[in-house]
Amino acid sequence: MLPAPFEYHAPRSVDEALDLLDQFGDEGKVLAGGQSLIPLLKLRFASPGHLVDINTIKDLDFIEERDGTLRIGPLFRHKAAERSSLLASRYHVMADAAPQIADPIIRNRGTIAGSVAHADPSGDWGTVLLAMDADLILRSKKGTRTVKARDFFSGPFSTALEPTEILSEIRIPAAKPMTGGSYLKLERKVGDFATVAVAVHLVMDDGKVGSAGIGLTAVGPQNLKAEKAEASLEGARLDDAAIKQAAALAAEAADPKADHRGSVEYKRNVVRVFTERGLKRAYERARGGG
Amino acid sequence: MGQAITVTVNGEKRSAEVEPRLLLVHFLREKLRLTGTHIGCDTTHCGACTVLVDGTPVKSCTMLAVQADGQQVTTVEGLVAGGVLHPIQAAFKEEHGLQCGFCTPGMMLTSIALLKENQDPSDDEIRWALSGNICRCTGYMNIVKAVKSAAVQMKAAAEVPAATAAARS
Repeated sequence: MLPAPFEYHAPRSVDEALDLLDQFGDEGKVLAGGQSLIPLLKLRFASPGHLVDINTIKDLDFIEERDGTLRIGPLFRHKAAERSSLLASRYHVMADAAPQIADPIIRNRGTIAGSVAHADPSGDWGTVLLAMDADLILRSKKGTRTVKARDFFSGPFSTALEPTEILSEIRIPAAKPMTGGSYLKLERKVGDFATVAVAVHLVMDDGKVGSAGIGLTAVGPQNLKAEKAEASLEGARLDDAAIKQAAALAAEAADPKADHRGSVEYKRNVVRVFTERGLKRAYERARGGG
Repeated sequence: MGQAITVTVNGEKRSAEVEPRLLLVHFLREKLRLTGTHIGCDTTHCGACTVLVDGTPVKSCTMLAVQADGQQVTTVEGLVAGGVLHPIQAAFKEEHGLQCGFCTPGMMLTSIALLKENQDPSDDEIRWALSGNICRCTGYMNIVKAVKSAAVQMKAAAEVPAATAAARS
């Protein structure tokens, strides 16, 4: 299969890329890892007139903790996340998710930012960022703005990102002591989209829940943030009753569709079970275990 | 409208004018006539078209040829050296690591990248590393055996020159 014809641009700097995007408007599209975009081009679900490849720009492949913030660059790839000792030690929800993205060969090229910008409701990273309350930095020729992950997704494959903008950085509040997380995903086989997945990012404070982030994958028109479940946990002791209540609220927040992967009832029940398990695992990790 | 690219394929610099929409797999198969790289699903699932780009396994149906400009690509045709099979090829032959052979080039290239990082992989590690490559004959048992056998051969081959050098010094 061949994509429809397009012009290809390989800018050497972000400014040059932004100039190009500004010039092309709706006809421009950013190419990062390409593991979602190139299949879309081949199937002709997308046929932009101009591709702006950012792989030729130096210094976009980074992850660093600075000034109380974890910063992730637009070319930081799944494989690097999978191997990051920083993520493994302090950002468990990301470390859990990384090896569950697609398959190992796709992870060699695909990027976190690209996956988020693609905004597949069955994508994993958007859910993780919702649980972590991430900020997305959107840069265009006209300037830079910051959008919360919860305000970024607006429907299937739809986001706040304008065609003239690049998702130039993902910012996550640096992990405090007593932080734990987990990402549980049910998939039929490696490389299949999630039937259901649940992200949990838990910060404990003096024996009680400081904050709890819960994200849901593949059970709605976009990645969901289970805000009622999160609110029910804030300030609570994380006992069985609190966990059960949060899990029930997360299941209520899910809005799945029946398909060959399962019925509505089944998927909602998986959300409940995974939220319970995820909270327990995150709690253990926050206390230095598992 | 053509774009000039130069890609080092199996150690040889190859230049061509290509349309930007040309996929790397089509460049290899149709422009260079290197048909050992197979097109399986053409939808980024099966891994049959896997090649090494700067040493990293990539699905060549999901990368543009223009993106390979200035990079090193290794295909299955680049594995034989001086008429001698690469240890991974010899092991696939010896252990019956193939039936129809369609997935084999991708399996071998992904395995080579694994063995470069992990000289002594467990069965689980091999299966995990190859989980993006599908064998529709389902001959996975012998594929895993072949990778293990190649690991032993390659480790031994790497140790011999080292031991010889140590003996000399």
